[in-house]
Amino acid sequence: MRVRFWGTRGSIPVALTSADIRDKLAQALFAASGRRFASVGEAHAFALEQLPFALTHTFGGHSPCVELSTGSDEYFVCDMGSGARPFGAHVLARQGGRAATVNVFMSHVHWDHIMGFPFFGPAYVAGTRIVIHGCHDAVEHAFRLQQQPPCFPVGFEELAARVEFVRLAPGTAREVSGLRVTPLKQHHSGDSYGYRFESGGKVVVYSTDSEHKLEDRAETGRFVALFRGADLVVFDAMYSLAEAISVKADWGHSSNIVGVELCQLARVKHLVLFHHEPANSDAQIERVFNETRRFEELTRGESPALRITAAYDGLEIEL
Amino acid sequence: MPLPSREFAAARVLAPSGRLDHDNCEAFRGELAAHVDACARAGKAIVLDLSGLEYVSSAGLRCFMLAAKQAKAQGGRVLLAAMQPVVREIFQISRFDLVFELFHTVDEALASSA
Repeated sequence: MRVRFWGTRGSIPVALTSADIRDKLAQALFAASGRRFASVGEAHAFALEQLPFALTHTFGGHSPCVELSTGSDEYFVCDMGSGARPFGAHVLARQGGRAATVNVFMSHVHWDHIMGFPFFGPAYVAGTRIVIHGCHDAVEHAFRLQQQPPCFPVGFEELAARVEFVRLAPGTAREVSGLRVTPLKQHHSGDSYGYRFESGGKVVVYSTDSEHKLEDRAETGRFVALFRGADLVVFDAMYSLAEAISVKADWGHSSNIVGVELCQLARVKHLVLFHHEPANSDAQIERVFNETRRFEELTRGESPALRITAAYDGLEIEL
Repeated sequence: MPLPSREFAAARVLAPSGRLDHDNCEAFRGELAAHVDACARAGKAIVLDLSGLEYVSSAGLRCFMLAAKQAKAQGGRVLLAAMQPVVREIFQISRFDLVFELFHTVDEALASSA
């Protein structure tokens, strides 16, 4: 299974500003002072090997959209945030004119998780089949609503694709074109749902927009069961723990600390920090990432190391 | 977790030790809440001597946060002192160092509470 991250930012898309790029460039030039590069390739190698990730990359700006590639001809994707636009371009390019079947799994229907759908290219291609799975009553209503006037010029009923809605039941596993999926209800305004996906002996958990109440041990147990033995967990690490349980309590999000603790309890192999706070710069996200790895080291004990990655738009992880 | 205490003129020093995690945090939270209440009534600060604390999980950190909120509501103070390096690092990573008044030694915390 391969996981591709098309959108990793939380709440609202974020773009690098010209000032951000100028600053990264100036810092990179300063770091390269006195060096000579015989080719652009050598400069690339220097940038990749010698400079901090936050200087040479960006953690990206699209809101949530994560593709699971199982080897099937069909597509599987979690959420339709603004990352659905480049994901749609990828589908169109790969299909080369052939109609696609796209299976969507919705954590919930807050705007940052549906806003990419009106820009999802395959929705405008006749013969495309889009099957939108979710546990909420309002999934179809939300998708139709955002394409009503005066919000968008193309109505939902004008889409060329055949769009179907499938209701999933929390706690009940279901096979979707060879992919086994089990939803779990999460604590978020209006509820959200995490998903455990299983295919070919690999397990991926997508758990975003989920607040964890530390005093609720039964809830902790449910999440440990959802995460149990997963190869990869995509986790809402939007806030620091101090924020998440004080000034931003009941805002529906979690922290890097709780992500590490749950993954350690569930013997997860790889944790991906996801749903980055839109106010955080690349340097701040890289700091949180490095601190999260340090926290894992401090708390690992005799357990195997938990691999940790900070998600960015364009990240691909092969399992 | 035992929670020995020492009385000073302006503060009560409490000394949790060992690990503070999901398994023992509720008992610790209840005991700490009673101390915060009593000290607020007496016009004293709480100084937590953390020199014996080896590890604190998110659930344990939440106990400190609840104590700070309670103290603030009751007009009291909770000061943290003498953390072991690992615990101090956990406070920094979780940003709890921005929430609490941290002191290198219990004497410094007591001087601040006077």
